[in-house]
Amino acid sequence: MSDISLDEPGEELLLMGNEAIARGALEAGVKVCAAYPGTPSSEIIASLSEVARDLDIYVEWSVNEKVAFEVAASAAFSGLRAICAMKQNGLNVASDFLLNLNLIGVQGGLVLVTCDDPGCHSSTNEEDSRAFAKIADLPLLEPANFHEAKEMAKWAFTISEEIRNVCMIRGVTRISHARGNVTLGELPKKEVRPYFDKSKQRITFPVAQKHNLLHENLIRIERIFETCPFNRYDGPERPELLIITCGSSWLYTQEAVELTGVESLVGILKIGTTWPLPTQTIVEHLAKADRILIVEEVDPFLEGSVKEIAADFSGQIGPKEFFGKRSQHIPSFGEMNTDRIIQALSGILDVTYEPRDARYEASAKMAEKIVPVRVLGFCPGCPHRASYWSINSALQLDDRQGFITGDIGCYHLARTSAGWNLLKTSGAMGTGTGLASGFGKLERYGFSQPPIAVCGDSTFFHAAMPALVNAIYSKSNLIMVILDNSATAMTGFQPHPGVGKNAMGEEVTPVDIEKVCRAFGAKVEVTDPFDLETTRLKLLQMLDDPEGVKVLIMRRKCALLRQKEEKPPYRVYVDTERCIGEDCGCNRLCTRCFKCPGLIWDKESSKAKIDEVICVGCGVCSDICPENAIVREETR
Amino acid sequence: METGKESYNLIIAGVGGQGNVLASQLIGQVFIRKGYFVTIGETYGASQRGGAVMSHIRISKRKQLSPLIPKGKADVFMALEPVEAIRVLIPYGSPDVVALVNTRPLYPVDVTAGEATYPEIEEIKGCLENLSRKVYFIDATEKAVQMGLPILGNMIMIGALIELGLLPFNYEDFCDILSTNFDKKELALNIQAIGEGRKAAQRLASGS
Repeated sequence: MSDISLDEPGEELLLMGNEAIARGALEAGVKVCAAYPGTPSSEIIASLSEVARDLDIYVEWSVNEKVAFEVAASAAFSGLRAICAMKQNGLNVASDFLLNLNLIGVQGGLVLVTCDDPGCHSSTNEEDSRAFAKIADLPLLEPANFHEAKEMAKWAFTISEEIRNVCMIRGVTRISHARGNVTLGELPKKEVRPYFDKSKQRITFPVAQKHNLLHENLIRIERIFETCPFNRYDGPERPELLIITCGSSWLYTQEAVELTGVESLVGILKIGTTWPLPTQTIVEHLAKADRILIVEEVDPFLEGSVKEIAADFSGQIGPKEFFGKRSQHIPSFGEMNTDRIIQALSGILDVTYEPRDARYEASAKMAEKIVPVRVLGFCPGCPHRASYWSINSALQLDDRQGFITGDIGCYHLARTSAGWNLLKTSGAMGTGTGLASGFGKLERYGFSQPPIAVCGDSTFFHAAMPALVNAIYSKSNLIMVILDNSATAMTGFQPHPGVGKNAMGEEVTPVDIEKVCRAFGAKVEVTDPFDLETTRLKLLQMLDDPEGVKVLIMRRKCALLRQKEEKPPYRVYVDTERCIGEDCGCNRLCTRCFKCPGLIWDKESSKAKIDEVICVGCGVCSDICPENAIVREETR
Repeated sequence: METGKESYNLIIAGVGGQGNVLASQLIGQVFIRKGYFVTIGETYGASQRGGAVMSHIRISKRKQLSPLIPKGKADVFMALEPVEAIRVLIPYGSPDVVALVNTRPLYPVDVTAGEATYPEIEEIKGCLENLSRKVYFIDATEKAVQMGLPILGNMIMIGALIELGLLPFNYEDFCDILSTNFDKKELALNIQAIGEGRKAAQRLASGS
C-alpha cells in the first residue's frame, strides 16, 4: 500500500507506525535489519524486506529474537547501522544477549525496537518491556504518534553512536498497528564499508568498569534528553493539575482534557525519552504544580521514576500529591483510551462528563444482550482444525486421559471453543515440548496420561528444537506433533528455515524438519492432516508405543497461502436428500462439533448448509459426515 | 471538513476477512491527499480468523487524533455484518450517529453449533434504529456474490456511503485513490462495485 522507499522528501504518506519506524531507519542509513516475527512488531522488518533489494540493504528473518539481535549486533560491531525488532515476549528471549551486549557496546548505531501489546490483542502476556531499559542501563524512546515514530527511529541511531551502545525504542499496538501522517525526509546515499577492528575485544570484561561506564553514559544521555524536541509541555504556566504522560497515552490525554473542558486547569508534559528521564525538565514542571497525574500503559514505569525525582528534589519543589496507577486512578492493566483518562480526571478534578444520556445508555445495555460472542477460531480450510480433530479422536480412543501441551502460533487457537478447548497448557515459545518432556518422565510415580506436544514449523526452529533434544536425551516418553503449514502464519506468513525462501527473496535449501528430528534420534512419521483416517491411525500407533520420543509431522500448507496460489480444489455442497438433520444421531458432527465457519445450519430445513461466501472448498468436512451428505466435487 | 465539522470519526466494523483494513486505508489516503490529519486504529491478528474487527478512521483539520474514538463519539458507521454494527454501536454510538449496514449475517461458530443465538434480522434492525439517528440497510454481499466476488462487499458499501453523503469527499476523489492502489483489471472491478453501491444507495434514498 505505501512505499517506504519513496525518495521524495516532504511528501506526506499514510503510514503504519511500524512502517514509520522502518522509514526512520532507512533515513538513518540502516544497512542490516533482523527480526523474528511477532505481533505487533512484524511489519517493521517485513516492510524493510520488501525494499531490501531496491535499496541494497540486508534484511533477515532470523530463527529467534536472540539470534536476530546477534545478527544486528555483528553489523554494529563492524561500524554499520543496524536495527532489530521484536514483540515484548521476544525481548525476553533476546535479553540474555542484551544484558551482555550493553557491557560490550557497539561501533555503528544499533537500535532495538520492542512493540508491546497492552490489552493483549495478539499475545500471551501483557508485559511492559520498558523495564529492560532500566535493567540494561540503556536509553529508551517512546513515540507518541506516527511521524514521531519515524523521527525517533532516525534519532535513535545518533543516540546509539553517541554512547556507542544500544538505543531502545518502545512501541505499543496502537502506534505500531495504527496509521497516521508521516512526512518523508531524505534517504542518505552514503556508502559505508564494514570493518571489524581486531585491536578491540568485543567482550564484557572488565565487567565492573564497563558497568560503571554504562552509568556514566546515562548521565551524558540525560543531558541530551533535557533539550530534545520529543519532550514538550502544553498548558497554563501554573496548572492546577500536571499530567505527565508518554507514548500514545499523550494523544488520549489531550482528547480527555479537551472533552472535559479543563484546558485552563491542566498542563500536559509529554515525555518521549522515558529512560533516563530528563531530571531537570521534570523538576522544573513538578515545581509548578501541586497535583500530578501520571498516564501511561501498562506498568507504572514513568510513575515510579517521576516519584523518585520528586523525592530527591523534595526540598526544592515541596510536597506533591500524586495520582496514577498506585492511587488506582489509572488502571495498571489493559490498554489506555480517552475514557479511562476522563474517568481519572473526574476523580481528581471537579468535572462531570456524560457523553450520552441515560436513555441511550439503557438502550446500549439492552443491546449487549443480543450480541453473540464471536470466538476466534481456525480459518475455513485451515489444516489445524483437521489436525486437532484427529488428535482429539485418537486421545479419546486411547482413553488414558492424554492431553495436549500447546505452543505459540495460529494453533494456539485450540484454546478456544472453535478448537474444542483442547489446548491444556501454553507458555513461551517451545514450552509445549519442554513441558511434555517433563510430563513424559512422571511415569515412575504412576502418571499414565500420555502428553502430546503441538508445535508449529516456525516455532520448531525458534525454541522447540532444544526441548526435543532434551526429551530424547532424558529418555522421556511423548508425542510431538509438528503442525507444519509452511509459514509463520499468525504474524503474516513470513518465511522460515523450513520453507526454502528468505527475507531477501532468495531461494535457499530448506532445513528438513523430518531429517532434523531423525538425526536427533526421534521416531518420525509424516502425514497429511486432511487424510483424517491415516492421521488418526498413526497417532494411535504412537500412543501404543510405550517408550521414546515420537514425532508426527502433520504437513499441509496454510489455507490462506493456498488460496493465494490456487483455486478451491472442490465445490462442496450438502445433499439435502441424504442429510437427516437432527435425527441423524451424529449430534450434528458437521455443525455442532467440527466448527468450520463455512458449515452453517439452515434453520428452515433443519439441515446442514455450506455458506458459499465463506467455504474455501477444502473438502475435509465430507469425510466427517456419517451419511456422506456433504458432497465434494473436484473443480478441475 | 466539507461537513462543516472540525473532525470526523468513522468506524468500519465487520468480521476478519471482509476487507476492513483495505477499506479504511483507501479512505484514509483520500484525506491525506486533501491535507488532513488522519489516524486509523484497527484490529490485527484476529483479522483473518473469524474474529470481530473494527477500524477507527479519524480525520482532523487541526491535529493528529488518537487511534481510538472516545465513547459515543463516532459520526458514521459502516458495518459489513449486522451484529457487528450493534457490537460497535454499543460503545461508540450516540443519538446523532448514522449507520450503513450490510444485511448479510456471518454466523459465529458458536451460533452454528447451537451454543449461542444470533438475533433475527428484524430484532437487529430495531436495535440499530434505537441506537442511531438514521440507519440504512443494503445487502452488499448479495450484490458482490452476483458480481462473482464476495470480497467486493466492502467497495459496494463505500460506494453507498459516498452516495449517501456520509463520507466528506466525492466519488472522483475516491476513484483517484483506487487508481493508485490497483492494477487495471482490479480497478475496473472495484469501480464497478462502487457503482453498484451508489445505485443501491440511490434506491434507498428514493425509498424504492
